[in-house]
Amino acid sequence: MSKIKEIIEDTGAFDCVECGKCTSLCPVAKRNPNFAPRLIVVKAQEGMEEEIKADKGIWSCITCEICNDMCPYKVDFSGFIQRMRGEAMEYGNKPICSQAGAVHTMERMTGMGQKQKRLAWLKDDLKVREKGDVFYFTGCVYQLGILYEDRAPELKQIPANMVKILNAAGIEPVVSDKEVCCGHDLLWSGDEESFEKLMRQNIKTIQETGAKTVIFACAEGFRTFDIDYKEFFGDLGFEVKHISEYLMDLVNQGKLQLSGNGSKVTYHDSCRLGRHEGIYDEPRDLIKATGVDLVEMASNREKAICCGVNAFVNCGEVSKMMQVDRMLEAKETGAETMLTFCPKCVIHYNCLLSSEKKPPEIEGLHIKVKEATNFIAENLKGGGEAN
Amino acid sequence: MTDFSPQIVAFCCNWCSYAGADLAGVSRFQYPPTARIIRIMCSGRLEPQFVLRAFELGADGVLVAGCHLGECHYISGNERAKQKVAKTQELLDVLGVDSRRLRLEWISASEGIKFAETMDEFTKQLIELGPSPLMGGA
Repeated sequence: MSKIKEIIEDTGAFDCVECGKCTSLCPVAKRNPNFAPRLIVVKAQEGMEEEIKADKGIWSCITCEICNDMCPYKVDFSGFIQRMRGEAMEYGNKPICSQAGAVHTMERMTGMGQKQKRLAWLKDDLKVREKGDVFYFTGCVYQLGILYEDRAPELKQIPANMVKILNAAGIEPVVSDKEVCCGHDLLWSGDEESFEKLMRQNIKTIQETGAKTVIFACAEGFRTFDIDYKEFFGDLGFEVKHISEYLMDLVNQGKLQLSGNGSKVTYHDSCRLGRHEGIYDEPRDLIKATGVDLVEMASNREKAICCGVNAFVNCGEVSKMMQVDRMLEAKETGAETMLTFCPKCVIHYNCLLSSEKKPPEIEGLHIKVKEATNFIAENLKGGGEAN
Repeated sequence: MTDFSPQIVAFCCNWCSYAGADLAGVSRFQYPPTARIIRIMCSGRLEPQFVLRAFELGADGVLVAGCHLGECHYISGNERAKQKVAKTQELLDVLGVDSRRLRLEWISASEGIKFAETMDEFTKQLIELGPSPLMGGA
């Protein structure tokens, strides 16, 4: 049986009734008339393998899962795209990566057996352990903060701020410099082999520390562990939690106290945390717990507009249009800051906001896009000063 | 490790350093045959990815060479190269690759001798540092 048939079976693409609901809701199809999720599935069903393997359209999908959410027959379209990309790569249908693929190379380089200095952010006043119950998986935010220092330097502060928040709640997390990248971008750019290699290293590292819970500040890392690692590896032997859930529990138990300055903010649901994982309430509750005025944008929760780029493979005109639309929605709310838990969203929106030639629609726009972990750390009761 | 011969990827700008390398050649200056030279139009064309990919594929060191500051053929391309190299060095350190393995030099078209000396010095330094940690070295 051909691999494509297998993919069609596994992702339920066989059930597609060609209703076209996915295409009508797809944010890419709306802006790029040459792209249609429905057509990609239909081509695969009709056995037009060669065509689909050469189709650049599979790289245009931003895997935001609006289609999955709305499909009446529950076709796993993003899963279909994820696996088709692996197939396409084998046939030389390669994506055009942002920054010439620096992010992907950097991620592969983390797992080449050298001794990393991954904990370069760790300062003396932060309390961490080598073994314990709670493992904090930092991911590559620090590295991304270096690579994208021109647009999102705040990413470098996330790991230290995260440990600071946990310390304030009396928790000393385990961190490890043996950790490697989660492999999210490699998986979504069709490099399953490197993904699996990194996955095995990570699971081994975490299991060796004896951690029972692994927490993530990054929405993509969380999704990758929670969905992809479980699919590729099976039972992980530990629980995975996003910090919005984890910190909200601590707030409810009274262990973590937050206090803010009452500014007006809005929250952007990243696709990984929202539609992929279904976490909508906890981030909002957590942000509200700081005492800020949280206002909603016109499209929110499962209808949120995506940042327009997936795994750094498809940044282009469509991405920019989506970012502009999102920024205009944020402007409508009158908020000063747009918060999100996804570091990649921060990079992509700031790419638009910091560009020298801005689209005329957003000229003079004053909204800031900020990572929510850093925001929480700034609003800790008692230790209000951020790192 | 006396028999270790490092592999260097050298990105040289078209207007100064590539011509400098050429001059080193026609002047018959002796330098170790450790570098594979790649010509780029301007040192500012360098992307962090070029460096990362070179290390991923097994380079022991990467040299970036461009016109002296203020003498760039494209006015300020080398200023950009300087920024890009600085952040790539920071990234390499975090990734566990000694940032000294990435070197930035300003070599003009008339400085054939500087090119030869740079290659000599960089090769010696890399022999001291040993093979790349990504390829199983220390």
